[in-house]
Amino acid sequence: MASADAGRRARSLLVAVVLGHVLLISAQVATPGGPSLLRTTVVAVVTEFQEAGWLAAGAIHSVWDAYAALRGVREENARLARENIDLRVQLQQARANAAGADDMRALLGLRPHLPWKTTGADVVAGSLSPDFRAITIDKGFGDGIARDMPVINAAGVLGRVAQPAGNTATVQLIIDRSAAAAVRIDRTRTEGIALGNGDGTLRLEYLSATAEIAEGDTVVTAGIDGVYPPGLGVGRVERVERVGPAYRQVVIRPFADFSRLETVLVLVAPAPVWAPPLSAPEGKVER
Amino acid sequence: MTALRMAALVFAAALLQGALARSSGGALGDLVLVAVVAVGLLHGRVAGLLTGTAAGLLQDALGGGTLGLSGLGKCAAGYLAGVAGTQFIVTQWMSRGFLFLGASLLNSACFVGLSVLLGLRRYDNPIVEVVTQAVVNAALGLLLFYVIEFLPTAREQWNAVVERRRKRRYH
Repeated sequence: MASADAGRRARSLLVAVVLGHVLLISAQVATPGGPSLLRTTVVAVVTEFQEAGWLAAGAIHSVWDAYAALRGVREENARLARENIDLRVQLQQARANAAGADDMRALLGLRPHLPWKTTGADVVAGSLSPDFRAITIDKGFGDGIARDMPVINAAGVLGRVAQPAGNTATVQLIIDRSAAAAVRIDRTRTEGIALGNGDGTLRLEYLSATAEIAEGDTVVTAGIDGVYPPGLGVGRVERVERVGPAYRQVVIRPFADFSRLETVLVLVAPAPVWAPPLSAPEGKVER
Repeated sequence: MTALRMAALVFAAALLQGALARSSGGALGDLVLVAVVAVGLLHGRVAGLLTGTAAGLLQDALGGGTLGLSGLGKCAAGYLAGVAGTQFIVTQWMSRGFLFLGASLLNSACFVGLSVLLGLRRYDNPIVEVVTQAVVNAALGLLLFYVIEFLPTAREQWNAVVERRRKRRYH
């Protein structure tokens, strides 16, 4: 009798929990913002543990390194690596500026290029689930990090800040199945949307049927999605396959190596695309 | 105490999963799911259900996905493991392996099905990925149970060794 009661209680609990999940999911589908308080609290608590674990592991690792390698060489190497990242980011910025200079809008001075302001962050942890492609970084609200800020490294685009907490933030990688970015083919200036495949590659969609695209083409951000500024390196076209008379399947191999993410840069300052247009009256543009 | 231990197991699995994913760029298996199924199998369906719910919400919150998407599959998997643990004798490695496999497939079916239904994610051909993940989870589950069952024996053996040394020193 008691066993039957326990069974009934367990079944009722199952129904209640499943119903709770359905309601929770429905609420978020109706309002995309979702219950951010719950999420923010969970992220804040768990990522603190992740950061503590990472710091402990890092301390052990650095003690070992100090024994194994020359300290001066290691420090110099770290400084040079940081300098290399900075220089490569500057190179990306210079490339973006050069491409923009050829563009008619830049020629007319409608979108002035502002310098990117970045903040460096260390990767504390990877994703807690194999179904998501995300990382946790050691910078949060306290460091000026906000939702949807682009995250890059020396190679190119990594993703966007999905959920910032006090001292940490969760970054959704661009290869996640629910991630997307507006991109363009650097050679032809053809625009499309890059979507994550979940397997480390991206697919290019919403391309014009007549768009010229070839394997090996460089893909950069288009700067029209409100998240990524234009000109950041995304990847290279790996495969172009015809599927039917009017549809092509385009696979992009990202420049960034997502299996070795240690240090990243968050673009915290307004990127060029967010700058307000100059108030030049139509038809009176100086040439 | 048992509830605390269960929570600690799932939390440790989550932290380990995050650490492994950081160093390998993404993990094939789901250690959190393995922990949830183990809890369900060892402590019953209610424990499995509640642990699965908490673990799923944790994964959703930190993965940046829709809250409840992972939780639904995990609570179902935890409940299934609890029912199997109380209704059947699940002590052989093969039956345990099948249970982990089934729970993993159920979890993936819920996650992928809901994601596609709500248009949150696109899957061209998820079967290979889902089956691979299920097989890896089954292997991890068997390994976990091997460790769980080996621990008391190892502790007894260690205690015996310490006792023997103490006696030898005394004599």
